[in-house]
Amino acid sequence: MDTALTTLTAAELSAAMGRGDCTAVEVAQAHLHRIAATDDHTGAWLAMMADEALATAADVDARRAAGEALGPLAGIPVAVKDVMCTRGVTTTAGSRMLEGFVPPYDATVVARLRAADAVLLGKTNMDEFAMGSSTENSAFKACHNPWDLRTIPGGSSGGSAAAVAARQAPIATGTDTGGSIRQPAAVTGTVGIKPTYGRASRYGLIAFASSLDQAGTFGRTVHDAALGLEVMCGHDPKDSTSIPEPMTSYVDALDGGVEGLRVGVVRDFMGEGAAPGVRAAVTGAIDRLAALGAEVVEVSLPHAEYGLPAYYLIAPSEASANLSRYDGVRYGLRVDAPSTPEMMAASRAAGFGAEVKRRVMIGTYALSAGYFDAYYGQAQKVRTLIIRDFEAAFAQADVLLGPTCPTAAFPLGEKAADPLAMYLNDVFAVPASLAGLPAMSLPVGFDGDLPVGLQLIGPMLGEAVMLRTAATLEADLDLDLTPRGPNALEMPA
Amino acid sequence: MSLSPDDVRHVARLAQLDLDEDELVTLAPQLAAILAYAEKVGEVAADDVPPTAHPFPLRNVFRDDEDVAEPLPREVVVANAPAEQDGQFLVPRLLGEG
Repeated sequence: MDTALTTLTAAELSAAMGRGDCTAVEVAQAHLHRIAATDDHTGAWLAMMADEALATAADVDARRAAGEALGPLAGIPVAVKDVMCTRGVTTTAGSRMLEGFVPPYDATVVARLRAADAVLLGKTNMDEFAMGSSTENSAFKACHNPWDLRTIPGGSSGGSAAAVAARQAPIATGTDTGGSIRQPAAVTGTVGIKPTYGRASRYGLIAFASSLDQAGTFGRTVHDAALGLEVMCGHDPKDSTSIPEPMTSYVDALDGGVEGLRVGVVRDFMGEGAAPGVRAAVTGAIDRLAALGAEVVEVSLPHAEYGLPAYYLIAPSEASANLSRYDGVRYGLRVDAPSTPEMMAASRAAGFGAEVKRRVMIGTYALSAGYFDAYYGQAQKVRTLIIRDFEAAFAQADVLLGPTCPTAAFPLGEKAADPLAMYLNDVFAVPASLAGLPAMSLPVGFDGDLPVGLQLIGPMLGEAVMLRTAATLEADLDLDLTPRGPNALEMPA
Repeated sequence: MSLSPDDVRHVARLAQLDLDEDELVTLAPQLAAILAYAEKVGEVAADDVPPTAHPFPLRNVFRDDEDVAEPLPREVVVANAPAEQDGQFLVPRLLGEG
């Protein structure tokens, strides 16, 4: 088994397969073998699609041999977050409620990956219903950060981030409601991109908070994450919030440098709220951008500090409505009881974990008679103020920068008993979510042995400028992002 | 901000969650702490600020009233149901007796 294939990026794998150096079947086998050999340590996967993956890979090889045109992800292994419906493959969203649920259709983003000839390897671990920042809320198993197996991989897309960092897949999908792609990317030293709200279809994604949920990608390079994202994005008539504007190529947007580009450092993210080691790495990256010809300006988002409290009203409120569908009738867990109302309440109590119950309760309270105006209504006004802040900031800058999250990866269990402390991980991520803006995390340095992520935020549909900035910085920094250290996962040579 | 276990019980009933006593006791201070933090939104949300429900000023998206796709076959639709009969979802008694 050629484990070296798992160290290659998607771009390198495409080139190698195109030259005939290896086949798609060999690439799939190498990644499946890597998963089998390491997932006892990472806990990144909830369901494997090995037979289907090998069949898809064999089909790609046959079509390549016959000289047929192939899709942009031909033969590239992709990990799929378990919140995305996959036809015929168990999809649980990390919840006992959906244990054994087999969707009869593909999410649009999954269908687009298949149409691009990607080789889907399986479904990745996540916080239950995408609620969490550490993947500790998975109902099935813990997930570990390949950089230090005693620490969290971030969340809610922790399995996808860990899989990419562990060289189990070059590209993975995620969803980001309030940082669930960016924060796991930051703590695992991977690239994670959330596009503009509405750019990727939500059809077939198991809903958390519908005005915030957005699909995106992970990769070990900006190119790979952008390539996967470009395939997944585009208008979908099946999602009425899908943006009709035509797509531009994200991969083609990576070149061009940052000469003359105005990069805005978000002052409100650079204070005591971020650990010194995080601030140092982010500051170093900003200095490099200046050296590369960017014009660095300071901007302020004066209402950013109200973003997190607003988010923790809006997202649970939407979740409490979305999760009402889990009632033991059409799918999911049922606990038998003499009447339907008792059956529903008992099924929901048995099927949902502690954090999901907490958020459903917060949302129900915030939307209940007498409290709606003070909580949900006020939070919606804060959302307006944050959107206005961003509009003012983008009058001064082309792309905004700051840390992705306050600290590097923290130990498993450290914040599990304190929900509010866990929520504070999202403090820098949620403003862009509330405004629907594209945002991403790029590894730019280390705090001790652990990676630190820079957050880049683009204007509405401004993925191109954000990606170009990230790709330019990535090339300049040229970091070794192989997990290493005394508690790291063993890596292939 | 404080919530009694009775307050939590009321919200749990609205949310159709059959929580046990231990959960009610654990949740009361946690929900109170989270809501106290969230109340911070009241500091800045002035009367003259319009609410935003969605990042874009979306309007309803309409299409012509015509068949756009074949629906899934009935046996596929009920395949994940905990209980079904003759292609229909089966549930326990819905209304009270008598």
